Amino acid sequence: MQASAVAGGGGASTVAIALFLAFVGATLVITWWAARRTRTTKDFYAAGGNITGFQNGLAIAGDFMSAASFLGASALVFSFGFDGLIYAVGGLCGWPLVLFLLAERLKNLGKYTFADAVSLRLAAVPIRCLAACGSLVAVVLYLIGQMVGAGKLVEVLFGLDYAIAVCGVGALMMFYVCFGGMIATTWVQIIKAALLLTGATIVAICVVIQTGWSFEGVFATAVAHHPNGLAALSPGGMLHDPISVISLGTALMFGTAGLPHILMRFFTVPDAREARRSVFYASAFIGYFYALTFIIGFGTIALVAGRAEFLDAQGNLRGGTNMAAIHLAQAAGGELLLGFMSAVCFATILAVVSGLTLSGASAISHDLYSSVLKRGAGEAQVVAISRYSAIGLGIVSIWLALLFEEQNVAYMVLLAFTVGASVNFPLLFLVMYWRGLTTTGALIGGILGLTTAVGCILLGPTVWVEVLDNERPIFPYKYPAIFAMAASFAGSILGSLFDRSARATRERAAFTDQYIRSQTGVGSEGASGH
Amino acid sequence: MHQVYDRIDRDPRFHALARARSRLGWTLSGLVLVAYYGFVLAIAFAPGWLARPLGPDNTVTVGIATGLGVIALSVALTGVYVWRANRSFDRTNADIVANATRVAGGPYDAG
Repeated sequence: MQASAVAGGGGASTVAIALFLAFVGATLVITWWAARRTRTTKDFYAAGGNITGFQNGLAIAGDFMSAASFLGASALVFSFGFDGLIYAVGGLCGWPLVLFLLAERLKNLGKYTFADAVSLRLAAVPIRCLAACGSLVAVVLYLIGQMVGAGKLVEVLFGLDYAIAVCGVGALMMFYVCFGGMIATTWVQIIKAALLLTGATIVAICVVIQTGWSFEGVFATAVAHHPNGLAALSPGGMLHDPISVISLGTALMFGTAGLPHILMRFFTVPDAREARRSVFYASAFIGYFYALTFIIGFGTIALVAGRAEFLDAQGNLRGGTNMAAIHLAQAAGGELLLGFMSAVCFATILAVVSGLTLSGASAISHDLYSSVLKRGAGEAQVVAISRYSAIGLGIVSIWLALLFEEQNVAYMVLLAFTVGASVNFPLLFLVMYWRGLTTTGALIGGILGLTTAVGCILLGPTVWVEVLDNERPIFPYKYPAIFAMAASFAGSILGSLFDRSARATRERAAFTDQYIRSQTGVGSEGASGH
Repeated sequence: MHQVYDRIDRDPRFHALARARSRLGWTLSGLVLVAYYGFVLAIAFAPGWLARPLGPDNTVTVGIATGLGVIALSVALTGVYVWRANRSFDRTNADIVANATRVAGGPYDAG
């Protein structure tokens, strides 16, 4: 296997390494520039609130278009045909909901993290702890997925050892976050989003050219090359029962609305108006990107599947199915495009892990340290704690990435979506839309959602059978999102209805002020200057 | 601040705005949810329908076209909401806030 570690011979690696070094060089300059502009907590967490809607749209799209969604979605289409596309459609359809129901209210209520918004009228200490838990679990699961992907990618592309690759990625991401905060993280994300959109467009155009200059041609060639023929374009390859389809679809849609590193981006713009515009730009970019995924995914079947140069000695795809899109770049555009796409994918992972680390560090420093453990801590102290948290998270994620080397990347990311959909989203939605929600109810619902999600995953087919080698799963479904989400909503609603405490009465009474603030922006962070 | 919120609460234009915004938001959410869950439920219960080719000369299936259509619809509806909100809603909102804070004798007096 060692011999096949380098993707396409020396030439390709030279292009990839040169482009990759250029990207790292550029991001280090940005970090240096950003470090000089990062003085206050607002600079560190929210880039000073000075990002425009368009820039933020690109950055959100960058956060969302992770290597898992580019490599992972094309790998799923490569392996399972049509069913892989549900990731593309589900990932996008969460965005309109974020805009219609959450974005502007979130911007008007919060300061740096979504925990700010949910703890406004509820008891700050327990609710922040809950929100920080939900954030950290989602962030760490997502981080593992990305780090494992990064390690594998570097192993295959540059022939570096997996452990060295993971440590390198971890070191760079700690550097960006520690010194450049949100300003560096945002600009790294913007550059990467532009590169990824360009790269995916070129690959898609090359695929269309090679398959006869038509959209139809891509699919016709894919069907001709796929062992199952027309079945590749029909549902049923990956998902076999209705509950799995619906549960996966739900996790994708509502998980988007509960990912802390994406929710945090709404605080980098000056007002609700720019927050709305950023979702529009983001969904346009993401929609365009996922539409390209249709072509790229089926392009891998048309141009990569079955070709001897992309197979290893056992007849499997070299580097695993996650490398399908990378092989496609070579098949469709030669060594130059292969080098370019390899560098872009690596840049993508670097940018996404930085965003995740910043979000996790904010949960620790802003939600736990300065609002729970040591209230009234000075700005310099809080920023210092954020930096230590970023280093700590970096080390933990390197360790976990080494531990979970063999885990399926797309599945780890899906678990992060499941936690987002069953802890963060119900909390955020109910606190904004339901006067009756109380602290007790929110805690019961959040804990129930989190334990149901984690419990069903542990007792389900993936862990209980595949990892722990038991004969049959205790919980029969692979995707627990609908059950965990239902448990979370039911717990929150029942817990609140039966809450007769004096605190609950105060919390319900405080809804009107919160509602008016969320609608008008009066009293929101950064609004008083106008 | 509470006094400003109180005045806004008593302004009928605020409640009209909140109703209009929430009607638009929920209508568009409903459309996206119907389209998306329509697609998901079709995968779950009517895979045969999605597997049909678009026409006699096509290999592209109904499912591929539907998937792309759901993506296009989502982006378009996002555009509709932003267009409406950034025009009429924001202007009305600014009026309501200006009115409530002017009466108070200064922007955001303590309250």
